[in-house]
Amino acid sequence: MKRVYVNEEWCLGCHLCEYNCAFANSGESDMVKALKGKTLYPRIHVEGDEQITYAVSCRHCADPLCVRSCISGALHLEEGAVCISRDKCVGCLTCVLVCPYGAIAPGPDGAALKCELCLSNGRGEPACAAGCPNRAIVYEERGEESR
Amino acid sequence: MSGINYIYPDFEVVRRDERCIRCRVCERQCANEVHRFDPERDMLISDESKCVNCQRCVSLCPTRALKIVRSDCRLRENANWDGDTIREIYKQAASGGVLLSSMGNPKPLPVYWDKLLINASQVTNPSIDPLREPMETRVFLGKKPEKLTRDENGKLRTDLTPQLELSLPVMFSAMSYGSISYNAHASLARAATELGTYYNTGEGGLHEDFYRYGPHTIVQVASGRFGVHEDFLEAGAAIEIKMGQGAKPGIGGHLPGAKVGPDVSRTRMIPEGSDAISPAPHHDIYSIEDLRQLVWSLKEATEHRKPVIVKVAAVHNIAAIASGIARSGADIIAIDGFRGGTGAAPTRIRDHVGIPIELALASVDQRLRDEGIRNNVSLVVGGSIRSSADVVKAVALGADACYIATAAVLALGCHLCRTCQTGKCNWGIATQQPELARRLNPDIGAERLTNLMTAWKREIMELMGGMGINSIEALRGNRLMLRGVGLNDAELRILGISHAGE
Repeated sequence: MKRVYVNEEWCLGCHLCEYNCAFANSGESDMVKALKGKTLYPRIHVEGDEQITYAVSCRHCADPLCVRSCISGALHLEEGAVCISRDKCVGCLTCVLVCPYGAIAPGPDGAALKCELCLSNGRGEPACAAGCPNRAIVYEERGEESR
Repeated sequence: MSGINYIYPDFEVVRRDERCIRCRVCERQCANEVHRFDPERDMLISDESKCVNCQRCVSLCPTRALKIVRSDCRLRENANWDGDTIREIYKQAASGGVLLSSMGNPKPLPVYWDKLLINASQVTNPSIDPLREPMETRVFLGKKPEKLTRDENGKLRTDLTPQLELSLPVMFSAMSYGSISYNAHASLARAATELGTYYNTGEGGLHEDFYRYGPHTIVQVASGRFGVHEDFLEAGAAIEIKMGQGAKPGIGGHLPGAKVGPDVSRTRMIPEGSDAISPAPHHDIYSIEDLRQLVWSLKEATEHRKPVIVKVAAVHNIAAIASGIARSGADIIAIDGFRGGTGAAPTRIRDHVGIPIELALASVDQRLRDEGIRNNVSLVVGGSIRSSADVVKAVALGADACYIATAAVLALGCHLCRTCQTGKCNWGIATQQPELARRLNPDIGAERLTNLMTAWKREIMELMGGMGINSIEALRGNRLMLRGVGLNDAELRILGISHAGE
């Protein structure tokens, strides 16, 4: 299964992935309209310090703790990808607590937000990888063991 | 010093606030610190006096909110005292220093490539379709035998002196590790290997990580002898002696100490932080005989397994100089024209010394033919080869291959802002700062270089096919395939071509 991988060696810390993510999931066709003056709710976050930076988003674990711990059945697997039915989410944030990568965060409505690999927003491929200026974020098949 | 700054910034940063989403990419990506976010006013502000117009912010701005324009604030210039000239006076009056510049000569001097036109077949001889018929762009560089000889069994003797095999008549010319980044070198090395051509270490030695690309590496020995040792000479496919550089004939290289970090220091075998100023001459070369000694010393050191290139700048007596080099034992002569690039050169030398490569090439090729020694050497020319058409014209004028460097760094993202000497290249090319060098991912760099050369190779085949020529060998020195436009009699005579319409 193709997943989003991060090569921190090439991450510039430009944060464009956060903006591309928020735009891709905004439902708008214009980035300015989608993001100008708005609070950003990206599903990918750039972490790090002065020396090194890297983007963190859902690893789409084979046996995801978030899916196991979801009390409402909102989090589920779709052909290997960890997806969320936000209408089912009750906002208990257990998933936020158990995710070992810190890849889930509550959205503006209180329901959890997470990376769904841009599978259902019409982008076709993850916007973070497509828009990364230095190929620090890639969307590729690497085999199960290398996750 | 006076408190008045006489120089108004060259560029203006135009930010369309209705598009700016405050993502601050411009601020994070500008090593010159032009952009700054002001949280109190929730807006980005700019200090255009620091802007070099490298366009990094423009390229990364996700909403195209930014553009950089040339300032229309003009000095009271006239045809004799133009704005640049006046500004240079102000700069020198303030600093007392020699003006430094980067990249090639920007003056509006003639570009002869643009005054040469290429022939095509019509009616009487068929053109060739490279998509349907074989087309050979491979060239071999090195000394060629004067005649065919056979052994006692009548078989052809094929024991040539060492040759370089190129899949197309283009190589990446010398750019040292130090002047350009580790990742830029990695991109060039990987692309050269992929393409079946060569890149050149420049005078800064070879980083140990790149020894594995040795079969596609030309190692350079320059007047500073930086990083030259036995393993280095052994590592490359050929050895180049750099006598001169087109951007700065008559002087040696300049690498500011700020660019000499731990890795560059180790590779160059010089102390960290020290300026690497190569001597103007090689201190052991004061004649063609001395050059011959160095050529043969290097051949001896590598057991005659590698061709030796002698690189010179195109200067006034280039034909005579090349004739001497062709008799020195060198296998290849590389000539660098006055528009060649550089990471740092005194402005006056860059802009006023040397001659156009087109004229130098034509006169050298003719001189070596006249003297019957053209087969002694291959000719490689550089100094602003900008396209496949320039390559085809160079080959028709007599070149065996071309060297490109400016075009190569453009492929890597260079925007010709001409401030390499500051070491703050926002594109990660002409810098040694790790956070800037990281911006050039060699996976992308090598791919873009490979794309560029693949495109040029296709265009070269198209142009050759149009002329009814199916091998680069048949184009070399085939000046009948060229005509000049708008050239005077002296220029046509030196180029050895007729005027268009003749």
